[in-house]
Amino acid sequence: MELAFVIEKFVLITAIFLLSLTVAAYSTLAERKIAGYLQDRVGPNRAGWGGMFQPLADGLKMFMKEEIIPTDSNRFLFIAGPSLALLTALLGSAVIPWGPDLVLGERTIPLQVADINVGILYIFGIVSLGVYGLMIGGWASNNKFSLMGAVRAASQSISYEIPMGLSLIALLLVTNTLSLREIVGQQHGGNWNILYQPLGFILFLVCSFAETNRTPFDLPECETELVGGYHTEYSGFKMGAFMFAEYVNMFVASAVMSTLYFGGYNYPGMDWVAGIVGPMIAPLIAMAVLLLKIFAFIFFFMWVRWTIPRFRYDQLMNLGWKVLIPLAIANIVITGIVITVYDKL
Amino acid sequence: MQPHKLQSLSTALMSISLFYLVAFLSIFFSLLVIFSKNPIHSVLYLIITFFTFTVHYILLNAQFLAIVNFIVYMGAIMVLFLFVLMLLNLDEDSEPMKSNILKMAGLVAGLCLLITLVGSMKSLHMSDPVILKNPDLGLVKNLGKVLFSEFLLPFEISSILLLTAMVGAVLLAKREPKTA
Repeated sequence: MELAFVIEKFVLITAIFLLSLTVAAYSTLAERKIAGYLQDRVGPNRAGWGGMFQPLADGLKMFMKEEIIPTDSNRFLFIAGPSLALLTALLGSAVIPWGPDLVLGERTIPLQVADINVGILYIFGIVSLGVYGLMIGGWASNNKFSLMGAVRAASQSISYEIPMGLSLIALLLVTNTLSLREIVGQQHGGNWNILYQPLGFILFLVCSFAETNRTPFDLPECETELVGGYHTEYSGFKMGAFMFAEYVNMFVASAVMSTLYFGGYNYPGMDWVAGIVGPMIAPLIAMAVLLLKIFAFIFFFMWVRWTIPRFRYDQLMNLGWKVLIPLAIANIVITGIVITVYDKL
Repeated sequence: MQPHKLQSLSTALMSISLFYLVAFLSIFFSLLVIFSKNPIHSVLYLIITFFTFTVHYILLNAQFLAIVNFIVYMGAIMVLFLFVLMLLNLDEDSEPMKSNILKMAGLVAGLCLLITLVGSMKSLHMSDPVILKNPDLGLVKNLGKVLFSEFLLPFEISSILLLTAMVGAVLLAKREPKTA
């Protein structure tokens, strides 16, 4: 292993880590601004120009608050819960290709931390792991509302993983590979997978709302029934870690959806642009395009949150098991038939 | 010794020491599963044990098995375990005292299992390392090809077995009381 390789990966990992945290921090501001816009009010505008420093002020507030650990709680697991939630949220960004190879003098640097050939399955595994933080935190609080939230989080995540996995299978039939890098490569220009898998994309989108615990699927923290759900007993920065994990999850889910269905860093006319600006600048433009797609998805997440009310719990389960799973299976069957017929022609 | 030979020797040494480290961790955490008093802690240790198994599979170059172990065992089955235990909310106070006969039965059964395992281990030839004909067999593409050509029948039979289990579970859950 050469030194340059290690440095390259280290810089890339640090950059992605900082990017995820910055985007998550400013998502909290964006959420409140968008909520304000949708409800015809101003939103936070006191800290800095247009509320620019609001995330910093919020972070400082979280640090300064008194940390309360309930007497009857399980101390170690109470701290482990939010840490695990943030850890699993950040792990997901490791396999996402952020741009085409960057050429710096003699070296070509792939803008992806790890190109493993089971990339999609890795993402799926990380998503299924994400619920542990909520469950452990909710149980360790030793509070019945927290426990209810934890149990809801577990059953919801298990239920919505199934249609999510099934919609990925239909996508795999189209792409024929599990490597995210190859999947993005196949969508060069405007040849995006959404054109071949429209139903699969909608299923995946609904499931990612459920897996990130966003409204209308935020039953685990439903404040009208459960006080605060799994984080009822949390205060200060541990509470902040749970909140941050949610926003990082949203960022990673948006990146995955852009990569799988919306061409990742590809955009129509990218070869023409690359011919003009050269191989140094073109990857940066492609990366900016990916970030734009991600921000569009994050906006969509927020738009839905402030538009649609929360589901009732039985409605949530009925939607998952009786609507999404049959649709996902039908999608696989249709995709399989179309591919077979197309190959025979 | 040539430098490249030295390098391959050092990577072999590294992978062996990595194996011993991970093996130690697996055994350590599986012991903790048995010895911890709180059932929730047992399940959490079991999750870490499964994670070390995933690392073992990666060391054996079986990527698909590793990731499936990760998704199915760590991501789904253990979540259900934890879910059920949280609903029951067992702890030391609420646990009913087991009778002595039950304890004796457990001891006898455990010892029988131990004797069987030791006996079967003794008959194995420990010095025979298993060498795969194709070291890349664990990669998704190769595994899929083998499963759908050479081992098609066992593969289909096991999928029917899983389907039967699923239908059975649905049937059990759907049985409604006749006197309604």
